[in-house]
This record gives sequence, C-alpha cells and structure tokens, in this order.
Amino acid sequence: MLNTGTLKVTTPSDREVMMVRVFDAPRAMVFDAFTKCELLKRWFGPRGWSLAVCEGDFKVGGSWRFVLRGPDGQEMGMRGAIREMVRPERLVHAESFDDYPGESLVTTTFAEERGKTTITVLVRYESKQVRDAVVASGMEHGAAETYDRLAEYLDTSPATHTRA
Amino acid sequence: MPLDHLDATFAALADPTRRAILARLASGDASVMELAKPFAMSQPAISKHLKVLEHAGLISRGRDAQRRPCRLEPQPLADASSWLDHYREVWERNFRRLDLLLEEMKSEERKKARPTKRRTKR
Repeated sequence: MLNTGTLKVTTPSDREVMMVRVFDAPRAMVFDAFTKCELLKRWFGPRGWSLAVCEGDFKVGGSWRFVLRGPDGQEMGMRGAIREMVRPERLVHAESFDDYPGESLVTTTFAEERGKTTITVLVRYESKQVRDAVVASGMEHGAAETYDRLAEYLDTSPATHTRA
Repeated sequence: MPLDHLDATFAALADPTRRAILARLASGDASVMELAKPFAMSQPAISKHLKVLEHAGLISRGRDAQRRPCRLEPQPLADASSWLDHYREVWERNFRRLDLLLEEMKSEERKKARPTKRRTKR
C-alpha cells in the first residue's frame, strides 16, 4: 500500500521516534531534497521557522550547519555530522542543537516502488536528557492547544468516576 | 514536571499487551480477572503488566481489597501524546511543503526530458 501523504509516527522504544511517509516521486529526487541546501531551504523548518542558513558538506565524514529563523527573528542553530551516505538509499547522521546538550542519531532510508518513495526516519536520542530537551522545546513551541484537545478527548471517555 | 514521567510512559507503551490493557480500560474500570480473560494470559502475567503500568502512572488501583479495580489515568498519556502530536504536526507541515517541491522538481525534469514538446498539463 503506497498511500502518499500519510505520516506515521511511532515510538519503538523510550529513546526512539520513527516516522514513515510516502512521497510521489523517485527516491533520487527525495534523497536530493534531504541532502542539498538549496532544496532543504524550500521545505525544512517547524511552523513559522525557516532555514535561514544551510551550509556544509553532504558526504560521509562531512558536516552541515543550519540556522533556523523564527517568526520573531529568533534563531536556533543545529549541527549535523554525516556518518553514512549511500545515494539514493540511506543517510545516517548525528544531529544536535546549539542550545541543548547531547545529540541524536538519525537514520533515514529511502525505498522506491513504482515511482513512489517510502522514507523511514528513525531518530534515536542519546539519553533521557536529550529526549526531554526535545520534549520541553516541543511543549514550549505551542503544543498547548494539542494538549488541551487531548485532555478534552480523554475527559469524554466513559471512564470518569471518583478517585479510589 | 510531567517530563520525568515520559520515560516510564514510553517504556510502558512499548508493549502491545499493555497497550491493549489501556485500550480496554479506556471503556471503564476492570479487575485483574476481567482483564486477564480476553488476553488468554494468566493472572500473574497480567499483574506484572499492571505493575509496569501502575509504576508509569498510567493506571491506578482501587482500594477494594477483593477486586482492586484498575483505572486508566489519562494525564501521562496526554503528556506523551501531546509531545508526539506536536512532533507529527511539525513534520506533516514539512512534508507537505516537500510534496510541492517534489512536484515542481518532477515537472522540471519532464521539461528537460522533452525540451521541444511543450506539455501544458492541467
């Protein structure tokens, strides 16, 4: 089943997050979009943030640096070190944020079938601290409304009663 | 802070039986015996899973000495889900932009492949 556009996010373990997504394009193209600055700048960045600086050397042993710029001009730096790179199949890089300690290892695989590409991104956090830092920044950056929606949803489930 | 809980939450959620137990408890309290039934597992095996869930704060046990009914505690789940929801939301937006970029790249490639024939697709 190659349903493009549906993003699956799971947590295979307490230090990992896995994403699976299908794109309607050959994998060489998708791979380029992940490894070329002029293309990365067109799509990468959380809500309201854009990739203001992208520079580096996308090859094994090479590294890159991103600066993300937020809606109020605030900046967030990221660094990456390429550990494995097999175009257009596989990319493994270590990633870290300037403002947070530690790093995560990101393994991205690109599988093509009938002209469509399934990417699998496995993010493995080095430690609980790093994962928590990501969690904390996620919460800061406006997860509040999602949180409220969820709380509402759980409140309406039939399991409401007094504390034992 | 809820963050301290996340490790235990994710570890507890990593097991399919425990996820099934939580799904069952979402529709109401149940005793160990009631929980053991649909899983074809012994009560001690279920009790072990319940201990993990209780440690993670995902369930609580009633005081009724006979039944000690299990109840879903929604807060840690909400914390974990809100984080994942946020993660998903950020990447969904990224990937939708990437979809558009890839469409553009494909049409560029088609133009290059057929420079004389002008295809106006719409």
